[in-house]
Amino acid sequence: MSAPSTPLALFWADFRENRVALAALAMVALIALAAIFAPLIAPQNPYDLATLSLMDARRPPGFVGSGGYVHLLGTDPQGRDLVSAILYGLRISIQIGVAAGAVALTLGATLGVAAAYLGGRLEALIMRAVDLQLSFPPILLALVLSALLGQGRLQLIAALVAAQYAYFARTAYGAASAERRKDYVEAALATPLSGRRVVFRHLLPNCAPPLIVVATVQIANAISLEATLSFLGLGLPVNEPSLGMLIANGFPYMMSGRSWISVYPGVALIVLIVAINLVGDQVRDQFNPRLRR
Amino acid sequence: MLGFVIQRLIQAAAVMAVMSVIVFVGVYAVGNPVDIVIPPDATQDVREEAIRRLGLDLPLWRQYFLFVGGVLQGDFGRSFIYNEPVLSLIAGRAPATIELVLISVLCATVIGVSLGVYAGYRPHAPLARAIMALSVLGFSVPTFWVGLILILTFAVSLGWLPAGGRGETVLILGVRWSFPTLDGLAHIALPALNLALFKMAMMIRLARSGVREIMLTDTIRFARAAGISEATILRRHVLKLIAAPIITVFGLELGSTLAFAVVTETIFSWPGMGKLIIDSITLLDRPVMVAYLILTALLFVTINLLVDLAYAAIDPRVRSGEAR
Repeated sequence: MSAPSTPLALFWADFRENRVALAALAMVALIALAAIFAPLIAPQNPYDLATLSLMDARRPPGFVGSGGYVHLLGTDPQGRDLVSAILYGLRISIQIGVAAGAVALTLGATLGVAAAYLGGRLEALIMRAVDLQLSFPPILLALVLSALLGQGRLQLIAALVAAQYAYFARTAYGAASAERRKDYVEAALATPLSGRRVVFRHLLPNCAPPLIVVATVQIANAISLEATLSFLGLGLPVNEPSLGMLIANGFPYMMSGRSWISVYPGVALIVLIVAINLVGDQVRDQFNPRLRR
Repeated sequence: MLGFVIQRLIQAAAVMAVMSVIVFVGVYAVGNPVDIVIPPDATQDVREEAIRRLGLDLPLWRQYFLFVGGVLQGDFGRSFIYNEPVLSLIAGRAPATIELVLISVLCATVIGVSLGVYAGYRPHAPLARAIMALSVLGFSVPTFWVGLILILTFAVSLGWLPAGGRGETVLILGVRWSFPTLDGLAHIALPALNLALFKMAMMIRLARSGVREIMLTDTIRFARAAGISEATILRRHVLKLIAAPIITVFGLELGSTLAFAVVTETIFSWPGMGKLIIDSITLLDRPVMVAYLILTALLFVTINLLVDLAYAAIDPRVRSGEAR
């Protein structure tokens, strides 16, 4: 095997050595693929009310429903096939998590780098606001905002972004203000290069590693927050059940022993979150210079 | 120091003023509570009377100043749904939440620190690895899911503990508490454990990294050389040194546990403030929402103020604004 040379290849070579992280990455990829191709592999479209039959509702795993196929994980109170509902639910969870994470990353990084680069009153104002927000638990912010904004995808993403951007801003600010004082940035600023070029070509790339680490953790957090909000009935509209809502739908039936309705969507959710967190842990360790051999 | 205190107090007051405007305007932008208060077949007259009675015919800024004027006199208005002063409504629910939060943070600290100290003391033991795996799970798994599994295991399958409610309560100082009765303790066990797990995971990590660091210092080496027993070393030297950060986190976490209580209380139908806010959100009970949010903001601003002041008292650099 030839020695890897590019930074990405080196990174991958390191990553491969941790088997747990590799398995977690494979799991994330598998779930993402299953979610993307859900309409092709799911036996049923759970959002199409015409295919649902209340005759099939709350059936245990292995039941052969009116559709003529086996419900491997049973059905939910509306008669949805749970395998299909989970696949479509994962789709929503990942979409919301990635969208919220991406917007929060962009917003937070912009604010953080702007504060570090511009300095002065703006810096004090932005960072004071960010610090203030960090002192409130994100779940409370998301809860209140999604209650105020109402149900819907965009509203939910907005609530999650508002709850999470501060972490990105804090991280970007920390990295950028440390880089800002280094000689290479001073040198770049001393040349006739435009300020914008310095920020985008010099400052930002060097702030990327900590931001990538925060991003993985925050995507997992966004998915978990979304599930929590939907479970409380504050997230998405009822006709598009995300994993959290599937779990909430099954909750009343848990007492009577029909636990599969809540348990299987929950297992899918946990596997996704834990896998993302494990990948994130490994990425963080690899970016941490103190742990480098 | 006095100047610093005054400056921080003004900042805190400004933050509260901004928060109250945001909360008030935000909450008043949602839905129309009149439709909930009056029956759907009410006449136009009844409808307008209700609007006037609730003060909804006034412009928003006048409603806000009426509200602030009331709040400064300790009056948060009356709940639309329960038709009771909001403050007494919240005060009636507060003991249940306080009880739950205190017990779970206490459990999280005692259990978390013990497990964490062990994991730090014997970092390579299989049990220590199991503890760390547990703490990773505690961090990753959403609180509501843990609650469901606890109900499924201990209430449905095993039938050991009740799944909801407060159980038998005792009247102490005019307030009802669950913890002094056996039945109440049985009811509080599952929600407290649910609420404690996340904090426990954090305490485990905090204690473990603290112990690992301290065990490598010369203090411990000399103490061992002097023939002091391991138990005494742990108690006198290690625990004492990790105590300070743990107490800080304990204080800070009390606040954020209140926020997580919303989820736990909903799952276990625990009649506390968190359940009240979720109910008032679904019923569009504006006065309760506003009061709850403003009181929560006040709580967090106060905690932050106290932490800032405590750090300033300890570290003079913070006072002069050098270390920012």
